[in-house]
Amino acid sequence: MVDPNANIAPLRDPIGEAIGSSAPRLEAEEKITGTAVYTDDMTLPGMLHAAVVGSDYPHARILAYDIDAARALAGVKAVITGEDLEMAPVGQMIKDETALARGKVRYIGEPVVAIAAVTLDIARAAARLVEIEYEELDAVFDPEDALKADAPVLHEERSSYAAVFEMPEHPNAMSYTQYKEGDPETAWNECDVIVEGVYETPAQEHMYMEPCSTISSYDRTGKVTIWSSQQSVFRVQALVAESLCMPMSDVRVISPKVGGGFGGKCDLTHQPISVLLSRATKRPVKYTLTREEDMMTTKSRHPCKIYMRTGAKKDGTLIAREGKFYLDSGAYADEGPEVATVTAFFSRGPYRIPNINTETWAVYTNKLKASAFRGFGNPQASFAAESQLDEVAEKIGMDPLQLRLKNALKTGEHWLGGQRVEVGSLADCLEAARVESGWNHKIGGLSAPPGKRRGIGVAGMSHISALMSSSAMVRLNEDGTATLNTGAVDIGAGQHTVLAQIAAGTLGLSLDQVKYGGPDTDSSPYDFQTSASRITYTCGKAVTEAAERVRELMFEKAAKMLECDEGDLELGVGGVIGIKGVPEAKLGFADIAGFSLFVDGGPIMATHSWKFPGEPFDPKRTLMNGFVFDAIGVFCFGAHIAEVEVDEASGKVEVLNFWAAHDVGRALNPGSCDGQIHGAVAQGLGYALFEEMLWDDGRLVNPSMMDYKIPGSMDVPFEIHPIVLEQPEETGPFGAKGIGEIALVGVAPAIVNAVRNATGGGSVKKIPATSERVLRAMLERGD
Amino acid sequence: MSTATQTYDVTLKVNGETHALSVDPHRTLLDVLRNDLALVGTKCACNQGVCGACSVIVDGTAKRSCLQLAVAMGGYDIVTIEGLEAQGELHPVQQAFIKEGAIQCGFCMPAMAIAAKTLLDENPDPTVEDIRHGLGGNLCRCSGYVKVIEAVLSLSEGK
Repeated sequence: MVDPNANIAPLRDPIGEAIGSSAPRLEAEEKITGTAVYTDDMTLPGMLHAAVVGSDYPHARILAYDIDAARALAGVKAVITGEDLEMAPVGQMIKDETALARGKVRYIGEPVVAIAAVTLDIARAAARLVEIEYEELDAVFDPEDALKADAPVLHEERSSYAAVFEMPEHPNAMSYTQYKEGDPETAWNECDVIVEGVYETPAQEHMYMEPCSTISSYDRTGKVTIWSSQQSVFRVQALVAESLCMPMSDVRVISPKVGGGFGGKCDLTHQPISVLLSRATKRPVKYTLTREEDMMTTKSRHPCKIYMRTGAKKDGTLIAREGKFYLDSGAYADEGPEVATVTAFFSRGPYRIPNINTETWAVYTNKLKASAFRGFGNPQASFAAESQLDEVAEKIGMDPLQLRLKNALKTGEHWLGGQRVEVGSLADCLEAARVESGWNHKIGGLSAPPGKRRGIGVAGMSHISALMSSSAMVRLNEDGTATLNTGAVDIGAGQHTVLAQIAAGTLGLSLDQVKYGGPDTDSSPYDFQTSASRITYTCGKAVTEAAERVRELMFEKAAKMLECDEGDLELGVGGVIGIKGVPEAKLGFADIAGFSLFVDGGPIMATHSWKFPGEPFDPKRTLMNGFVFDAIGVFCFGAHIAEVEVDEASGKVEVLNFWAAHDVGRALNPGSCDGQIHGAVAQGLGYALFEEMLWDDGRLVNPSMMDYKIPGSMDVPFEIHPIVLEQPEETGPFGAKGIGEIALVGVAPAIVNAVRNATGGGSVKKIPATSERVLRAMLERGD
Repeated sequence: MSTATQTYDVTLKVNGETHALSVDPHRTLLDVLRNDLALVGTKCACNQGVCGACSVIVDGTAKRSCLQLAVAMGGYDIVTIEGLEAQGELHPVQQAFIKEGAIQCGFCMPAMAIAAKTLLDENPDPTVEDIRHGLGGNLCRCSGYVKVIEAVLSLSEGK
């Protein structure tokens, strides 16, 4: 739903073989030979190592620091507290978090003292010598408790924080979003069936394989260069500058290879600590987090408690939905309010439910902050909503897939806020998944070996792709190749490769004729962030426009060189421009480059920049209170079907087969697209079945890969079947839109719905659906 | 814990080259490979022997280098990811990983290649189940394992 008044260039056809090629990553050989450089692989001359002292208490005032012994340890070069330096609080929506704690601590592990030393061992030994006197305060760990009148308050100075929106009244309420359409109060009277329930989803840990790492190095002019594992060089630049009260022009951020992000490396992950130590010591400082530190002090997915009610007619027409969502946002805001907006936005799902009233709170608690994670609030909403659809189907005796088809949004219908669904492909995704999976002959029952039960379950989903700004620069090189520069960070999903493919496809070049440079805040054009499934769509669009402009400039020169009109020219394959119908009249790109560089006009290059415009919400149609952004992206749709086997004695669930149908507009790199689907399904499987961060009185109980297991090759089926539909998104590069997040959104409900089917109604309302929870659900059903 | 400890001599043979070193006894092989021998292809992701990203080959068997003390590793034939190529040619496992599109962020992949190589050395004709088992000690967060398994299958003798 792009603003119809926005000036978006028309959809073009690609030239040559680059688009639609499953080209391996540009950097695949570097990665598989161990020569790809990630941040912790780097060493700079004179480099020091950082260690951090974290808070021992979930909520306490800092009374005094004793850092003398730490400072005196041989090899220690700096010991810094929050009192020693000028810091400003930062945050995308609410500026509430400083680089080091100052005055009080709000979660166990919060960085309090930073140390730099000549070796990591010495830095850590010094950390153990630091003593901090705290006055412990009452803490709160549950969002509903935190919203009570007498709850301990985390941010007493909240009214002094700069915020992009108006915060709700309760001091622990980070944001409140209400979404109301139709006549939700009286609509319940029309319903033949109503289902009601309480659902819970866990804090999930990103567990990117590469722990967060930053190296900072000051030069003699007061400028710091930062190499960091992150998802946006421009966000790190802006936030470091703001956090440490320095001009942005004194901050340069470069991205080495990044070993996964999934949202957990958005905005900041303690880069300011490395910077402030480098400033104090005048030496480069590396801060690589241990896995434990990473799990305890960066960010998680929002745990969520959901009270939901859905009503329908007995023919399956959905009538009404009501919901209350409590997102446990932890000690600092980060992207909490945005996640809450997305949870609220998807609380209806991709269906025609005319009457809806949902309320979503993001709440401060004395735990690790929750923030961006693949799906960004949608997995939580979808788990509850897709579970309720199956409960409705069960009550009216309807095939759950049929129920979804009946109510699926179609092209031309409207989303929440009136935004138009341009390509309503949910029904097509459901049908494709139905056919591929053999749903029709499995839904009535599946045979299973003795002691096991088998079942099949479905989920529909939608998500967005786009938002914010991107830009691109394309340059014609003297040898006829092209160089593409964008600010987009490749976090492992193949962003750089697909952007190079887009440039190649616009110019008719082969992929190896396009060089990719960046990202570096000094020399790359701005890109907001690698998040929100936005790079292919938003940055890719900028790339097509910049490359197209380069084509125009080449045509101008070629017309002179060939003595014809520009209208007579056509772009060929492999870096050639010729006159239509005259095969002998041809110029290579190198010829044109040479002409422009040495004869006429100067170097051929072009840039393009844009911000995703988005259709505004219609306030007459929908009450949308507290939404922190409006133009959040083009809609994407998908459908998942899971086939599971449940052990009757233990409740353990094995996923045997998984079908994931997704409309991506156009698969620019089909192999990468499949890879994203495989990975998202695996990560969603973990969320569904065994991943859960657990806290005890505010202490994270399982901050290690030993105690928080992510899926291994024995947990994930080989039989994951991506089904890629291509219904062109007119505003996307060659019709493409994103896939990165949506493929995770429906996994948990598909699996849990399959468990319900396998166990004849065993309903797990709290995920992860561990063996214990599944067993309990089976026993509750009275089997 | 003391920060000034006695160092011990050890000669490590890595990728066919010998290195005479003197190291603190508490240092792991992973730490010494990365920080003393500049062999940064072997990665640290959990440092407690769970994820497998630190895998190297020791006398033909894949081992977690974060669980080996460097001082105890003298006399073994150690091969890291850097030692998989020969005379500028990628090992067939590396070629297959590239060709099948198995590599995403790449952080787990050197170790995954090590695991795949040792699996195939032991069992040149693995089934999908054999491969899932053989790679079961190497975690990956990006790929969902499907294309990694396809890459190993493509090298299996019975293909």
